Amino acid sequence: MTNSTMSGTQATANSATSRVPGKPETRPGPFSKPGGPKVASRSRRLTTLVFSALLVGCLSASILLLRFTDRLRTFASAEDVLYITSPKLLKRMSLGYDGLLADVYWTRVVQYYGGTRRSGGGRYELLWPLLEITTHLDPNLITAYEFGATFLSANPPGGAGLPQRAIQLVEYGIENNTDQWRLYYDLGFIYYEIKDYRQAEDAFLRGSQVPNAHPFLRILAARMAEHGGEIETARMLWSATYETTPDKNIRDSAADHLRSLRADEDVIELQKAVDSYIEQTGRVPRNLTELLRMGLLTAVPLDPLGHPYKIEAGGKVVVSDAHALPFLQQGLPSGYSKSE
Amino acid sequence: MTSRVLYIAANTFREAVRDRVLYNLIAFALLMSAAAVLVGTISINIERLVVINLGLTTVSLFGMVIAILIGIGLVSKEIEKRTLYTVLSRPVRRWEFIAGKFFGLSGTLVVNTFCMAVGVFLSLLYVSHRFESGDRTVLIALYFIVLQLFIITALALLFSSFSSPLLSALFAFSLFVIGSFAEDLRGFAKMAHGIAGWLASAAAYLVPNFSALNVINQAAHGQHVVFRLIAYNTAYALVYSVAALSGAVLIFERRNLK
Repeated sequence: MTNSTMSGTQATANSATSRVPGKPETRPGPFSKPGGPKVASRSRRLTTLVFSALLVGCLSASILLLRFTDRLRTFASAEDVLYITSPKLLKRMSLGYDGLLADVYWTRVVQYYGGTRRSGGGRYELLWPLLEITTHLDPNLITAYEFGATFLSANPPGGAGLPQRAIQLVEYGIENNTDQWRLYYDLGFIYYEIKDYRQAEDAFLRGSQVPNAHPFLRILAARMAEHGGEIETARMLWSATYETTPDKNIRDSAADHLRSLRADEDVIELQKAVDSYIEQTGRVPRNLTELLRMGLLTAVPLDPLGHPYKIEAGGKVVVSDAHALPFLQQGLPSGYSKSE
Repeated sequence: MTSRVLYIAANTFREAVRDRVLYNLIAFALLMSAAAVLVGTISINIERLVVINLGLTTVSLFGMVIAILIGIGLVSKEIEKRTLYTVLSRPVRRWEFIAGKFFGLSGTLVVNTFCMAVGVFLSLLYVSHRFESGDRTVLIALYFIVLQLFIITALALLFSSFSSPLLSALFAFSLFVIGSFAEDLRGFAKMAHGIAGWLASAAAYLVPNFSALNVINQAAHGQHVVFRLIAYNTAYALVYSVAALSGAVLIFERRNLK
């Protein structure tokens, strides 16, 4: 074997231990024997011990260092994902694994939305492009349309406040999933939220024509035409959502809406009684019991969470805990902001 | 002990630089840096950006390929050629063999990175006609790339200590890809709850964090990199490499070579 073809380590071993045959080695080289078999065994145990400790110690240190590094790098890594903004290009780059990539992108949507909301809300600038990529990668990912539309249409800080984008998203979903009546329901709902009752009626009607569609879609369509802006209509919509959705998060949100609606109704009725009291006595009642004494109320109501309603100095009826009723329209305490 | 490790390291270095694949890869990397100049000229006002982005990406990716391709053969090739038996029949401890191999390849990679970095800086000089103060970040980015290469070398050695070259390459490359998404992985872990959350967190902290070691985009925009990040990344690369090497030593110590 020539030196050029010899493995490097063998060359080391040979060069480091080369000596004249038969002649005893006079001074220890780097590869001279360190001890006998007993020493070797002890040395091996020591090696195992030292390197096990090193392994555990270094891994723990690496985790600690990562936590320090994370504090320095707080910027949104989701921005990186948008180096490629074209859904078509991404679809081709996925080499046929577009379903899996869509799942990854949907997870990123959830992470981005959750992260932005947890940090106090914001502009949700990447929400629409991420959702567009997700749904183009997998046009049958119904969850992305349903939740995505909610994320997009809800007002800040809970959402992006982009109802037109939400409509665009759900229309794309309907285009690709004509048999999904829930998407028509979602579309009608978005139109209802922006008070476009004619479009809402149209969406519910189209949905009612889908095979196996829930019968309440036809009722909702009729309701939109005549009583679009009434609380009762809103209650019908949220009750329908509460009863039909398979998702716990949506059901919880519907329950919140229903509680807020009930409080809205209570506040409207109580405000009428307070106004009547002021008209009769010329002063603001100190509490609701005074209204009861005057015969303006038959009982003192509590809000849906069991808290009493209050009367502000100016005679405005408000709820005790506005945070617990996130969708409340009436009875918000003076100076209260929903983003607080 | 030190001299034995140094002997093995020196010979690993010598062996690696004899490899023709290495020169092909370096030549190709330098060609890519030169191509960045051409790409820059057919666009508007992004010549410097393209040179830095493409140049540093090339250095990183080719360095990674070299580290994996050579790293995976460090132990298995010695077994295959039976040269390992010659070495271990001498009073060389197994951990010294692993450490020597690591230092040898790391040295090779530092020299390679230096050569490729010269190419990047020459391209940069060609398009800008001068160096700017923001180019210091390019040096930091190159330093971080070297740290990445140390980690991947240690991992390649770890896999090479118990697996075939093909599987080792697959494992090392997969870890490189996963590690590049490490921050996203930790983000997902924070979103998960219960056992899934614990498992995701454990996985997120066990894989190497290559994303924190990637400041190529910041370098392209001449953005400042805080000193603490340099310190943390240096310490992280050191402890992670030692952890991977310790794993390699523990496995290799128990490996039956008969």
